Amino acid sequence: MNLTRLGYALAVAVLVIAPAFLYPVLVMKVLCYALFACAFNLLIGFSGLVSFGHATFFGGAAYFCGYALASLGLPTVLGILTGTAASALIGLFVGSLAIRRQGVYFSMITLALAQMLYYFYLQAPFTGGEDGLQSIPRGTLFGIVDLRDDVAMYYFVVAIFIAGFALIMRVVHSPFGQVLQAIKDNEPRAVSLGYDVGKYKLLAFVLSAALAGLAGATKSVVLGAATLTDVHWAMSGHVILMTLMGGMGTFAGPIFGAAIIVALENKLGDVGNLLADFTGVGWFRAIGVSVPLVTGLIFMTCVLAFRRGVLGELAHFLRLDRRQAKGADDV
Amino acid sequence: MEILGVPLQALLAQLFLGLANGCFYALLSLGLAIIFGLLNVINLSHGALYMLGAFVTWMGLQYLGLSYWVMLLVTPLLVGVFGVIVERTTLRRLYRLDHLYGMLLMIGLALALEGVFHSFYGVSGRSYAAPEVLAGATDIGFMVLPDYRAWVVAVSLSVCFATWFLIEKTRLGATLRAGTENPKMVEAFGVNVPLMVTLTYGFGAALAGFAGVLAAPMVQVSPLMGTNLIVVVFAVVVIGGLSSILGAILTGLGLGLIEGAVGIFYPQLSATVVFIIMAIVIMLRPVGLFGREK
Amino acid sequence: MQCNRSRFGTIVAAAFSSLSLLAASPALAQLSGDVVKIGFLTDISGVYSDNDGQGGVEAIKMAVKDFGEINGKKIEFLYADHLNKVDVASSKAREWFDREGLDMLVIGANSGAALALAKLAAERKKPMFAVTAATARLTNEECTPYNVAYAYDTVSVARGTASAIVEAGGKDWFFLSADYAFGASLEKDASEVIRAKGGRVLGSAKHPVGSTPNFSSLLLQAQASKAKILGLATSGDDLINAVKVANEFGINKSMTLAAILTHIPEINALGLKLTQGLYLTDGWYWDQDDRSRGWAKRYFDVMKKMPGAMQAADYSAVTTYLKAVKTAGTDDGDKVMAALKSTSISDMYTRSGTIRPDGRMVYDIYLRQVKKPEESKYPWDYYKTIKMIPGEEAFTKKSETKCSLWK
Repeated sequence: MNLTRLGYALAVAVLVIAPAFLYPVLVMKVLCYALFACAFNLLIGFSGLVSFGHATFFGGAAYFCGYALASLGLPTVLGILTGTAASALIGLFVGSLAIRRQGVYFSMITLALAQMLYYFYLQAPFTGGEDGLQSIPRGTLFGIVDLRDDVAMYYFVVAIFIAGFALIMRVVHSPFGQVLQAIKDNEPRAVSLGYDVGKYKLLAFVLSAALAGLAGATKSVVLGAATLTDVHWAMSGHVILMTLMGGMGTFAGPIFGAAIIVALENKLGDVGNLLADFTGVGWFRAIGVSVPLVTGLIFMTCVLAFRRGVLGELAHFLRLDRRQAKGADDV
Repeated sequence: MEILGVPLQALLAQLFLGLANGCFYALLSLGLAIIFGLLNVINLSHGALYMLGAFVTWMGLQYLGLSYWVMLLVTPLLVGVFGVIVERTTLRRLYRLDHLYGMLLMIGLALALEGVFHSFYGVSGRSYAAPEVLAGATDIGFMVLPDYRAWVVAVSLSVCFATWFLIEKTRLGATLRAGTENPKMVEAFGVNVPLMVTLTYGFGAALAGFAGVLAAPMVQVSPLMGTNLIVVVFAVVVIGGLSSILGAILTGLGLGLIEGAVGIFYPQLSATVVFIIMAIVIMLRPVGLFGREK
Repeated sequence: MQCNRSRFGTIVAAAFSSLSLLAASPALAQLSGDVVKIGFLTDISGVYSDNDGQGGVEAIKMAVKDFGEINGKKIEFLYADHLNKVDVASSKAREWFDREGLDMLVIGANSGAALALAKLAAERKKPMFAVTAATARLTNEECTPYNVAYAYDTVSVARGTASAIVEAGGKDWFFLSADYAFGASLEKDASEVIRAKGGRVLGSAKHPVGSTPNFSSLLLQAQASKAKILGLATSGDDLINAVKVANEFGINKSMTLAAILTHIPEINALGLKLTQGLYLTDGWYWDQDDRSRGWAKRYFDVMKKMPGAMQAADYSAVTTYLKAVKTAGTDDGDKVMAALKSTSISDMYTRSGTIRPDGRMVYDIYLRQVKKPEESKYPWDYYKTIKMIPGEEAFTKKSETKCSLWK
């Protein structure tokens, strides 16, 4: 127990000193996506529910928070809470419909509803459609700290992330979390034990949606805009990839996955150019051009060879997960 | 004569066009339903295979001078072989695992395929002309129908019917269906089940490729042509019943008609109508309109 | 989940590896005043990649190389693919401004990104050139003192196309529009001009975006309206498919197609047989005069295809910026912007360009028509020029501007 605590403390320490040698905005972006992935992991890794439309919570919160801040002029914290609450409500709506079915049908309902919401966001005037919701102000923290300073904003985001992450950990370790695990392992058995399975799943869904919303709302404040990309089904695919690549069912895995994907998007061009300059092979430049191709290949490699995700594979390689009852294969 | 403010002639014309579109949905969802029904794999690369079919057709003409008619047979064959290779080398390893992994693998494949074609042909794609004999249009009274569309309707309905017949009514089909329900038993009868599974995937892929050939003269051949289509086709399959061949065909045709009708009265809704229907169907009858409990 | 030793290791590993990934970037240049740094963000691998994309990158590389040095300072060029995601564009641009000492930003494709970055550039007091982003909001509600909208916007193409065609005799219109803000604004701006010039809008049909729309039924409605001009208030793949379907149903025989917003790569992808007779508007065509031809040939040698208006605009925008820096004698944002707004632009892109107080670059644009296949004498010989549309007529006028800087 102590060792784990130490590990987390170290990680937090790293986060705290990160602005000294890394660009804060990039790390903030990663933290937001990491929280999104962790929230998603709560459903897929710990509850066994695969949502195909999770982007709608992430992006929807971004829109509502953005609207609250930009048009209604609410203070920053209130805006983020608005976005989170909106996601929770939408999650309640989507979840209560989707929960009624299982397996792939559950997933398809989440996809269908997410698509419908996408078209709503496309048309609704307040989102700005293709142009996106722009000029979202950073505002201040309780009127004291000016969040336009990237470093100040950074620590605010770190605090949000840690809070969200801690909440997830708390939930998973709680009796509630144990029941979720039981439902994931063998739903009929859980039912026979007398648990109201539907209620548990719905609560997990709403929680996941709310946290995804928290991530989205925070992101909209960091980068100052909310756009259709945030609610598009490709984003839902991205979060699945992040979670898979990092390691489903692990805590820290999705964080790693998020870092990889964000790094990929931001740096692939640079890496390609670097490789090209270094080796003199012009074709490497083309890598930068084809993020989809590289992403696709990584996807496939992960599924075939790294199913536990990088983190899971690492743990397995170091033979550190012998004590765990199940591997991440059995989702 | 008017119905709801629309002249009957226009209505019929739109419905007929909707039917033509529906044939595409039917053909594509047929492939998906076969792959899911018989392999339990959610083939999210289906759109990319369709795109592959269209590009192969274009490339056949561009580089080898092969006509549309030749490609009608060659393309499905090539795409089918590609599918077989994919199944053999990658998909096969994931059968014992949850649906999710197969699905994710297929997403990756789709991305990779799109990336490859994009880097060669750019995103605007290429144009492909319909063969001369089909390039005209005929006046059928209530509308002037392009001959090519009529051909598409005719040939897709035939292929759909032939496939349905093959799977539901022949012995081969029966063996296939049995193979997925109880592979061990069927293997005990001396049938090479893994081979059957591979060929089935190949067949599903070939159907997608065939749809691609049919689409090439109608729609611009571009790397992203399958991406948006795939989400709709999936909805169709879910509505029809994930493993039901007949369901896929009829729902595909039906959706085409409904979209056509919606397109007249309230076109903005035509993109979402399929999802609304899907949500309703899952709520009321989750196995789909024609599905059976597995 | 048990709390055990494995977590410690994996968590620490995760933290360090995650962060190290983000640090993996090539050597950061020093923040110095001895280099003029230009950054370019555009869609290199997505739906707009043909119209701008890698071609735009090469065009700007040419501009930088051609200019050489400014008063002894070197010029450095950074570029990246924003993948059509505002997030990526935003974080990349911030990184460039804050860590690389970027002096000027060029943004291509994707209006959402352009709007977000205009805000950012204004905060950093650095000039930004929006080249392929079409939204007119950049020079209206969202105008900033540091933004220059180069090339076209939705207002100019809509008005230019509509007014020139009506004057050429095309008075009865039917619109096929993309069902979102972009399509709606194209249709609205065009319709106003049509009516003002004595034409009529006989109807319109909206198609959903982001799916494969059923153009056939919408186009039949167009045909039924008996209009002579089919206004295509849509773009990209949808535009391409609409043209295909229009041909298939023979609609192009009874109506003339007018593509309000298109680029030569799209015409090339469709081919002359399908696009012959299509009206379109742009500010530049590779074959318009000797200067353009000269530059186009150099571009062709690199990219193996002829440049479109956007790539040419990229080249011209950067060249114009560099000239302004030379004139101002510094790369300080305010001074350069002042220089930009007081010069006129005459280069291979246009002979008549000026930059207004609202940031809008105004110049004369042209109504063109795609040639018939038999009229085309050599590769890429696609257009004939029908009419010149004066800049003041096509772009937003002072009386209607929503920009507070230009009142």
